[in-house]
Amino acid sequence: MTKGTCPLTTGQIIDEYFIENRTRLLELAAFLERLDRSADGVDATNDFRMAAFRRALQMIASNAPDKMDQVQLLFSDPTTEPREQLDTKSASGAWNPASEVA
Amino acid sequence: MYYIEMHAHMVSRTTDDYRDMAMAGCVAVSEPAFWAGWDRSSADGFEDYFRQLTEFEPKRAAQASIRHVTWLCLNPKEGEDRTLAAEVLKRIPKYLDRPNVVGIGEIGLNRVTRNEIATLNDHVQLALNSNQLILIHTPHLEDKYKGTRVTIENLQKMKGLRANRVLIDHAEEHTVNMILEAGFYTGFTLYPNTKVSAARAVDMVEKYGTERITVSSACDWGPSVPTAVPQLMLEMRRRGHSEEIIRKIVFENPLEFLLQSGKFELPRLGIQAALRSIAAAT
Ligand SMILES: [Zn+2]
Repeated sequence: MTKGTCPLTTGQIIDEYFIENRTRLLELAAFLERLDRSADGVDATNDFRMAAFRRALQMIASNAPDKMDQVQLLFSDPTTEPREQLDTKSASGAWNPASEVA
Repeated sequence: MYYIEMHAHMVSRTTDDYRDMAMAGCVAVSEPAFWAGWDRSSADGFEDYFRQLTEFEPKRAAQASIRHVTWLCLNPKEGEDRTLAAEVLKRIPKYLDRPNVVGIGEIGLNRVTRNEIATLNDHVQLALNSNQLILIHTPHLEDKYKGTRVTIENLQKMKGLRANRVLIDHAEEHTVNMILEAGFYTGFTLYPNTKVSAARAVDMVEKYGTERITVSSACDWGPSVPTAVPQLMLEMRRRGHSEEIIRKIVFENPLEFLLQSGKFELPRLGIQAALRSIAAAT
């Protein structure tokens, strides 16, 4: 880890960035609770995007020193083979392992 | 402070945006050819777009005293159509001598398909044959890591390609290191939702240093902020970074890269003044 590269002290970083990140945490909690209140009551954990989301939350809460890179990789396609043809024009935000099997 | 906007799709922006950027210190805009948000129906459509990029936009930018340079290609979102790509590739060379064309871009991969790779390689070959700089787009979201890896592997197979004449754009935390280690320039895209915030861009500068790193707003027809680069400057000041470091990221690095085209100049500073300012800072 590149220690000491941010010019701010720990106290200064907390002073500067605490409120905006507290807000982000509340947004996350609200999003997860909203899923529990969905009109159809379908379990969101079956969605591949939400499965990656849960793993990312665990990574954020861990002590991993490179948690930013690891969260990025949790959402990423780890394969190296090109697709035979275009499936869809746009990415969905998380890699879907099932799409590779098909 | 002066800055260079390294990646902006000004055809989708208003003249007021040019003015706001100029008021915030922008002296030059580099505009890659990109996807219009819908597929063009023919190579003729691309030619009209190339004329817009080389005739109309430089004039509009000049009204705000901004130097406009551009990059030509068939973009990655349409790269799957090999027939259209071949037709557009035939038409690009006649525009390369125009005064504001600095290279081929933004080319690259979207969903990392075999056809996209072939279209990318055709464009790189055209750039090498005509001694053009190259601007590379990397895919979005879950495709970025794989797309960046495959892109770098492909570029490294191209004979005669010099990494310092290629900028691999839209880098994020998990791709920046592989781009810089391979000797390429890179760019961080300051988007409100899908890419990198100013705070994260500054984090990456702190972790990876300032060499060969640029930033841009990549403003286009979607949610994006034309003055995102000055916002990053504010973020760097908020953390106590020196004016020298800020200037290197927002002005000197893009200048150093674009000067390699042999066509880049700054209307009011003059290219000599620009070179002197680099010498003074190093
Ligand atoms: Zn772009």
